[in-house]
Amino acid sequence: MDLLRVQDITESYQAENGEIFALDHICFSMEKGEFLSIVGPSGCGKSTLLSIIAGLLPPSSGTVLLDGQEVHGVDPRIGYMLQKDNLLEWRSIWRNVLFGLEVRRQVNEETTARAKGLLQSYGLWEFREKYPSQLSGGMRQRAALIRTLATSPEILLLDEAFSALDYQTRLTVTDDVYRILKKEQITTIMVTHDIPESISMGDRVLILTSRPAQVRELLEIDFGPERTPLTCRGDPRFSRYFDHIWKELKSDG
Amino acid sequence: MDRKKREAPKGLSPERAAYLRRKKTRRRWVLCCQWGILLLLVALWEILARLGVIDSFILSQPSRIWRTWITLFLEGELWLHLWVTVYETLVGFLLGVLLGVGLAILLWWSDFVSKVSEPYLVVLNSLPKIALGPVIIIVVGAGTEAIIFMALAISLIVTVLEMLGGFRRTDRDAIRMAATFGATKSQIFRKIVLPSNIGTLFGSLKINIGLSLVGVIAGEFLVSKAGLGYLIVYGGQVFKLDLVMASVIILSAVAALMYQGVVLLQRLVMKHKY
Repeated sequence: MDLLRVQDITESYQAENGEIFALDHICFSMEKGEFLSIVGPSGCGKSTLLSIIAGLLPPSSGTVLLDGQEVHGVDPRIGYMLQKDNLLEWRSIWRNVLFGLEVRRQVNEETTARAKGLLQSYGLWEFREKYPSQLSGGMRQRAALIRTLATSPEILLLDEAFSALDYQTRLTVTDDVYRILKKEQITTIMVTHDIPESISMGDRVLILTSRPAQVRELLEIDFGPERTPLTCRGDPRFSRYFDHIWKELKSDG
Repeated sequence: MDRKKREAPKGLSPERAAYLRRKKTRRRWVLCCQWGILLLLVALWEILARLGVIDSFILSQPSRIWRTWITLFLEGELWLHLWVTVYETLVGFLLGVLLGVGLAILLWWSDFVSKVSEPYLVVLNSLPKIALGPVIIIVVGAGTEAIIFMALAISLIVTVLEMLGGFRRTDRDAIRMAATFGATKSQIFRKIVLPSNIGTLFGSLKINIGLSLVGVIAGEFLVSKAGLGYLIVYGGQVFKLDLVMASVIILSAVAALMYQGVVLLQRLVMKHKY
């Protein structure tokens, strides 16, 4: 059975200058451990879609099913990571990592042990007493990811999570994050405006049209099982996927 | 990738040592000039008064101010007046801060209440609170309460507006991040909004300690039997300008000390990451 089903999601909302029709009957489903990239013209409603899946925004119609159950409001099984790392400057890395657990009142021996394990596995344990301003952009992003993973989500939503990083850091961080997510078997949806990034990380790429967004295509990405975001960039199929997505997006404008 | 600060070499290079020396000399010069100007002005004041160039009956003179202090001190009056003013200021200040922050939290919490109260806040903020003096005296009585109330009236609205502004400027993304974990409004306030506004709070405290003192002195001008404001008004009425000057100088010292007190408190709090 599918882990996540997005069924017929439509979203329109009232703004100062009229009604905005953002999403038009979006459907897709995901299996456990899969990585889905979502690309689309800017302002098409990609982030709105993520907010709906995260339960931060109710859809106008349609449902999000997780393990066959409808999701209402913020669900502890869904983690959400934003563009900025949003580490709190007045908290040490350790207390930042515990933030999500603290909000959910889940700080206990088991969860702190998990947080500790994550920090150790991903090279941040020695930095636990440091403050965010003392860390590099890449380390901060990893700390933000661990903060989300510490709450043991089954599904992770990444909203342009790497776009604030400089290019070089970004390549290394996406590689790190990809490995972490595959190892932890976390189902991920990533919204991005960066086509190479969507291809290098995604098992599939969902291409949306401009607003109101509809599903234009769900593209299968196949680089074989040994792929990593860095290695697949050298694969000849990479530029073919790129051209295809580029053409799809351009034909829309 | 990981940022590491380069270790500074143990021994200082001659250039570095010379640079540090230059900085130190400069700091000393600034301090010397600051004190020098003060001493020069006081000396000039004293000399001109003795030569009869300025009328010491109206403008007083340092030696007479000094004698006034000694008299006040020996009569035991100094501490009384000082204590009355400091006490009234601190009570007004604390009340202003507590009520101000409380109201700011309420207004942050409820957008509706905030919208409704907006015009009232604007009018109250621009109103010179001293104009309320007679009303305050009649309502709360002509005593210490009226003075504290005046201090409160002057500092309260500023605190509310400062804190509310700070709360509203809190990083939206940080709040959104907390929301993605399902944080309640109270959690968002306690874990994000309040800690990110410790700086705003101290900024507001620094303004408030001065404003409370303004309120207390204004209150003491209107109704009082003791306090530095009382001494100043009394001195003016009986043409004892020495007393007026002596009190004004003590007042500036009190204002500076209380401000430094807030600065010290801020350092203590900032040192322990909250």
